[in-house]
Amino acid sequence: MAKQSKTLNLNFGPQHPAAHGVLRLILELDGEVVEKADPHIGLLHRGTEKLIENKTYAQALPYFDRLDYVAPMNQEHAFALAIEKILKIEVPIRAQFIRVMFCEIGRILSHILNITTQALDVGALTPSLWGFEERETLMTFYERVSGSRLHANYFRTGGVHRDLPRGLEEDIGKFCNSFPKIINDLETLLTDNRIFKQRNVDIGIVTKKDALDYSFSGVMLRGSGVPWDLRKSQPYECYDQFDFDIPIGKNGDCYDRYLCRIEEMRESVKIINQCLSSIPKGPVKSMDGKITPPPKKEIKDSMEALIHHFKLFTEGYRVDKDEIYTAVEAPKGEFGVYLISDGSSKPYKCKIRAPGFSHLQAMDYLIKGHMLADVPAVLGSLDIVFGEIDR
Amino acid sequence: MNKIEDLEKKINSELTTKIKESKILHNQLYLSINSEDLLDVILLLKTNKDTKFKQLIDITAVDYPENKKRFKIVYLLLSHEFNQRILASYFINENEKISSLVSIFPSANWMEREIFDMYGIKFNDHPDLRRILTDYNFEGFPLRKDFPLTGHNEVRYSEEDKKVIYEPVKLEQNYRNFDYESPWEGTKYIKKQIKE
Repeated sequence: MAKQSKTLNLNFGPQHPAAHGVLRLILELDGEVVEKADPHIGLLHRGTEKLIENKTYAQALPYFDRLDYVAPMNQEHAFALAIEKILKIEVPIRAQFIRVMFCEIGRILSHILNITTQALDVGALTPSLWGFEERETLMTFYERVSGSRLHANYFRTGGVHRDLPRGLEEDIGKFCNSFPKIINDLETLLTDNRIFKQRNVDIGIVTKKDALDYSFSGVMLRGSGVPWDLRKSQPYECYDQFDFDIPIGKNGDCYDRYLCRIEEMRESVKIINQCLSSIPKGPVKSMDGKITPPPKKEIKDSMEALIHHFKLFTEGYRVDKDEIYTAVEAPKGEFGVYLISDGSSKPYKCKIRAPGFSHLQAMDYLIKGHMLADVPAVLGSLDIVFGEIDR
Repeated sequence: MNKIEDLEKKINSELTTKIKESKILHNQLYLSINSEDLLDVILLLKTNKDTKFKQLIDITAVDYPENKKRFKIVYLLLSHEFNQRILASYFINENEKISSLVSIFPSANWMEREIFDMYGIKFNDHPDLRRILTDYNFEGFPLRKDFPLTGHNEVRYSEEDKKVIYEPVKLEQNYRNFDYESPWEGTKYIKKQIKE
């Protein structure tokens, strides 16, 4: 007599703590083995690209904070770079250093969140309690520089909004001294932890070829042994002045990706330290009055500054007709902006390339044949944030 | 091909008539192709030993409602080996169906679904062409230029029906799109009057 088998459909999310946001995952199960995974996304779709087409360039920038909301400034960076390349503006060197520093802070913010929640998904609670304390410290740096913990709107076309407040450099330096010890503490909790390894080693393996075919980038690509990091291979801003390494994984499983992220945090601390020791004095935004608004003080007694201020905050600056794709190495992978300008003060088209979109797409390929309990482990190691996937 | 100029020459000599136009801008190669040659061009770029564009970064569309061929489809490719980027594009009519890239790059699946969702462009041989980002039962194509920014329907929880209901959008104040163009260059309505 033939054994009858029936697959079971399971609805995972959209209100599940291990779904990292609003993911609805439809799983087809044979016993406890996953046969098919169909992610339904778009529950956080806000029409960012449509909104950007209807706003001036300066008004469009804050939308980028709301994409990957765990590392907001890295997104702003891609958009600012795209406009600067079209307008051919030089960013002052001090602003470049500040940008690099805050991008790396963003990277640490994102990796702490990912590592600790991945640990949480497989049953370890303590790392998230320890890690979130550090995130809070980093977010106060965001707040001190931009006035806001999350939605910074700090990287503007031609530089950054304003200079670092007094004492911030010392405090970031203090953090960089104490943080490597926290990374070590996290590692003692996780790296050799038997349960953590059982849940992650050899789970969700990605081969080199598949990582390329599925458009993976960032840690998902490097975890599989492809040495590719835009900060090294296509250096933007002043990344070529810094000395840092790119950690590469070997097996392409969840555990290797975790190790890559831990090492990347150490490298980020290294970059921030180099920034702090060699940051030059000088202006923090371009001197071009047609692009960057004048200081408040000047508006009071300079007619020209007043006109510039008025024009910039009503019409906005115009961007010549052009078409460009710029990408930055965001914590989650290659974050790109494909921008078409038509000579007016609003973008004609702005396509946002979110790394998480392609990563989540591969869910079916990654999870096929794994057990149901591996779903949160794989999801955790993908490092998905719905702000950027749904846009 | 580590130099982008060599790459441009190489691609033009390999694909000859299939490349309508090529130019280098912002250190990236922009190719203009025919929609029917898409699969040949992409396959060659992916497999040729001098190009090796092994990764599809993104696919997107641009809407030009005033054009006879309304949509421009853009493919962004990356070669890790030679550290180069290519933007290949072509124009299509509103009702034209285009070939799907899923057989060459599995990651094209969702990207094409997104284009279908946002612009209503259909793909041949796509394994699973469903809407992706918009709501279940959504109507219209939001990124087309003639789709209003505020959309058509809004959602709220109805206390009487005890469920979420859809209603036509009602706004206290309409979305105001101001014309900020410099008066000394002539605002749009003045320019129009002068023309007439």
